[in-house]
Amino acid sequence: MRQLCKGNVAIVKGAVLAGCKAFYGYPITPASEIAEYAALLIPEVGGTFLQAESEVAAINMVYGASSAGQRVMSASSGPGLSLMQEGISYMAGAELPGVIVDVVRGGPGLGNIAPEQSDYFAIVKGGGHGCYRNLVLAPSSVQEMFDLTVLAFELADRYRNPAVIMTDGFVGQMMEPLEIKMRDIVQPEKDWAVKGTAESKKNMISSIVLEPDALEEHVRKLEAKYQLAQELESRYENYLTEDADILLVGFGIVSRVLRSAVDQLRAQGMKAGLFRPITLWPFPSRELCETAKHVKQVLAVELSTGMMVEDVKLALNGSVPVEYYGRVGGNVPMTEEITAQVFARMAAHV
Amino acid sequence: MEGYQVIHEKSPAFYTRYERKAEMQNQTHYCPGCGHGVVHKLIAEALTELGVQDRAVLVSPVGCSVFAYYYFDVGNVQVAHGRAPAAATALKRANPESIVMAYQGDGDLAAIGTAEIIHAANRGENICVFFVNNSIYGMTGGQMAPTTLVGQRSTTSPWGRRSHNEGLPIHVCELLAALETPTYLERVSLHDMKNIMKAKKAVKKALQIQKDGGGFSLVEFLSPCPTIMKMDPVVCRKWVGETLMKTFPLGVFRDHKPELPVDAKFPHKTIAEALEVADGQTVDLVPRRHHHCRDLTVKMAGFGGQGILLMGQLLAEMGLREQMEVSWLPSYGPEMRSGSAHCHVILSHDRIGSPLLSQPEVLVAMNELSLHKFGPTVASGGLILYNSTKLPEGFSAPQARVVCVPASEIADTMGSAKVANVVMLAALLEETECLPTESAIAVLEETVKNPKLLELDKQAIAAGRDYVDTQIEVGAVSQPDGYSY
Repeated sequence: MRQLCKGNVAIVKGAVLAGCKAFYGYPITPASEIAEYAALLIPEVGGTFLQAESEVAAINMVYGASSAGQRVMSASSGPGLSLMQEGISYMAGAELPGVIVDVVRGGPGLGNIAPEQSDYFAIVKGGGHGCYRNLVLAPSSVQEMFDLTVLAFELADRYRNPAVIMTDGFVGQMMEPLEIKMRDIVQPEKDWAVKGTAESKKNMISSIVLEPDALEEHVRKLEAKYQLAQELESRYENYLTEDADILLVGFGIVSRVLRSAVDQLRAQGMKAGLFRPITLWPFPSRELCETAKHVKQVLAVELSTGMMVEDVKLALNGSVPVEYYGRVGGNVPMTEEITAQVFARMAAHV
Repeated sequence: MEGYQVIHEKSPAFYTRYERKAEMQNQTHYCPGCGHGVVHKLIAEALTELGVQDRAVLVSPVGCSVFAYYYFDVGNVQVAHGRAPAAATALKRANPESIVMAYQGDGDLAAIGTAEIIHAANRGENICVFFVNNSIYGMTGGQMAPTTLVGQRSTTSPWGRRSHNEGLPIHVCELLAALETPTYLERVSLHDMKNIMKAKKAVKKALQIQKDGGGFSLVEFLSPCPTIMKMDPVVCRKWVGETLMKTFPLGVFRDHKPELPVDAKFPHKTIAEALEVADGQTVDLVPRRHHHCRDLTVKMAGFGGQGILLMGQLLAEMGLREQMEVSWLPSYGPEMRSGSAHCHVILSHDRIGSPLLSQPEVLVAMNELSLHKFGPTVASGGLILYNSTKLPEGFSAPQARVVCVPASEIADTMGSAKVANVVMLAALLEETECLPTESAIAVLEETVKNPKLLELDKQAIAAGRDYVDTQIEVGAVSQPDGYSY
């Protein structure tokens, strides 16, 4: 049975199904609802909810809970994520899984609370210090807010690395049908965790590796994991791309607008298609190359001054002309706006 | 050594050999005369004596004691600078049977980690914090600490700490004693054997309290750092006893379990209950196509407090009930009253692309402001429902049909202004025939728990329908499309 559900609530429900037993957070618009629903649901199913004194404390509580072997999450928005970056780097260094939600708002600074995708560099490219990556998932519907949260917990455990759900206020606030298929989630045995038991006494969680050779070896080991993730975990969706002349690329709420734009363009005789990255890291580069093989032009659309477009260009490596269109400040382009942009660009290329 | 137990071997809570160290695995990395070795020993002995070594988890900080995991044969977690109480909080809550210790220095605890220690103490976390105060940053090479004495030189207070520049030393035990929740706070010193034995008792007491589930304890150790202080170890101990202790008097600052009020209880649920999924329910994955459900895009707008968002949610719930694809997107902003509110609702038989509507087929304008603002955006051949008996002067939307439904007035006559949104929803259903009105009744019956309110809502549905059916005269007002009311 489907239920009408808000995106932010779907994230908490996904966490509950995934067996998340701890939520440590700090209020910030437009992510507070996640903490509010976690405060309601997580204790009801026997877990811990705690409103921390800051995002800094929250991420270090996530670090502690993960060290103890729990599935744990936190949620925040841009300014809070900036504060969490040190802790996320520590988690990656100490090989601790955990799920962090970034409901991206307008920046820089306090900016505003309207949707942007301008945390792309901070989240997808690292953000914190050192050589590490976040596994980054970008839902575009309420159903995906749920499904990708469950996936985020699985990926985080599989790679022993932080996973970030990068979304925005629109997908978070939107209500759509949510279908929950109950299933038993089998969590992996965490024989590395520190549980305060005789069996786990030998374990140590740490990110300090003093000797240069030893740290290099550690960083190479992390890198090998990231390469494996790049091999196995990229996810994407294509819409009407097979005969497309122009390929629109966008994620999250933008991809929804682009889908409508593709329909509108096709109705007007333009062969448009949509490539939607679902994982932002690993970025589905190979799949984008394959999809863009026969297109004449690629248009990357995003709610930033041009961040994802860099990954699009890296992936296509000059094989197809790539252009960028974006809005910021909390403005989300309307379908007609995209359609007009595409017509203008195609006219310029004739 | 009368009255003292002389131990000739290392506590079993230490590793036999320090294999995590790169070299010199039979000795610690601490300098001769450093207090850390003493505190380590006291903790290790207490863990053994209380029989809790297997349950112990040591959270090590950033500072000289960052490598505490070299030595303690317990579960070890190394954390970011200042955050040990936060990590310890979550470690303890994850495994309440574990014995969790946060080991911190003065820079770690009293400077960068001030927020974490105060809040962990205030929550009464059932953990032990061992706080080594040597009045200086050791590992980074002798910079000023929050506990550095006035006049004491450091690499970042080259003329001595100046109270007008850096303030006075922070008294952590006294600070935490201002909170009601900590159970045990004591400051001890490591400057001579007598005091070290007192310190041992304090460590054991703190661990015993945790073992008994007694709440938060912190033991502060005044500790020598001869290397950084450029003192002979014996002279440095003397300095602790004679100088450091003057600023930081020893004593017990708290020694009773707080009496906390009884907290509210909350329900325990299965995962299926929490997710609002009935166990064993068969899943209907294929959307049914109903001839009486049609695709529609609707924008609803008005003042905050008019139930705009709820009206949209009800419509979306109805679409969902009829197995359609639906989306509901609200305007959102800081929590403020009497601002404007609007939402976009899409009902569709196919997967919905953009949930944002630039040209809605229907506009429900609950106030004049919304009518003016959004009226011109309504799609050609669309519909505007306006909450009034007549249009404001000068307003025209030649591309759309405009229907005036005085929903607020009708709701007032029913005795509750709150149901104006339901009256308008019924008018919308009657006018567009996008979904059956029975569906609205069914959705209301599911969502409205208060029987009085439900009855009122049902009357509002009837009133809205009735108004559209009986009060609106076709062609009464001419509009360019010839269909206006």
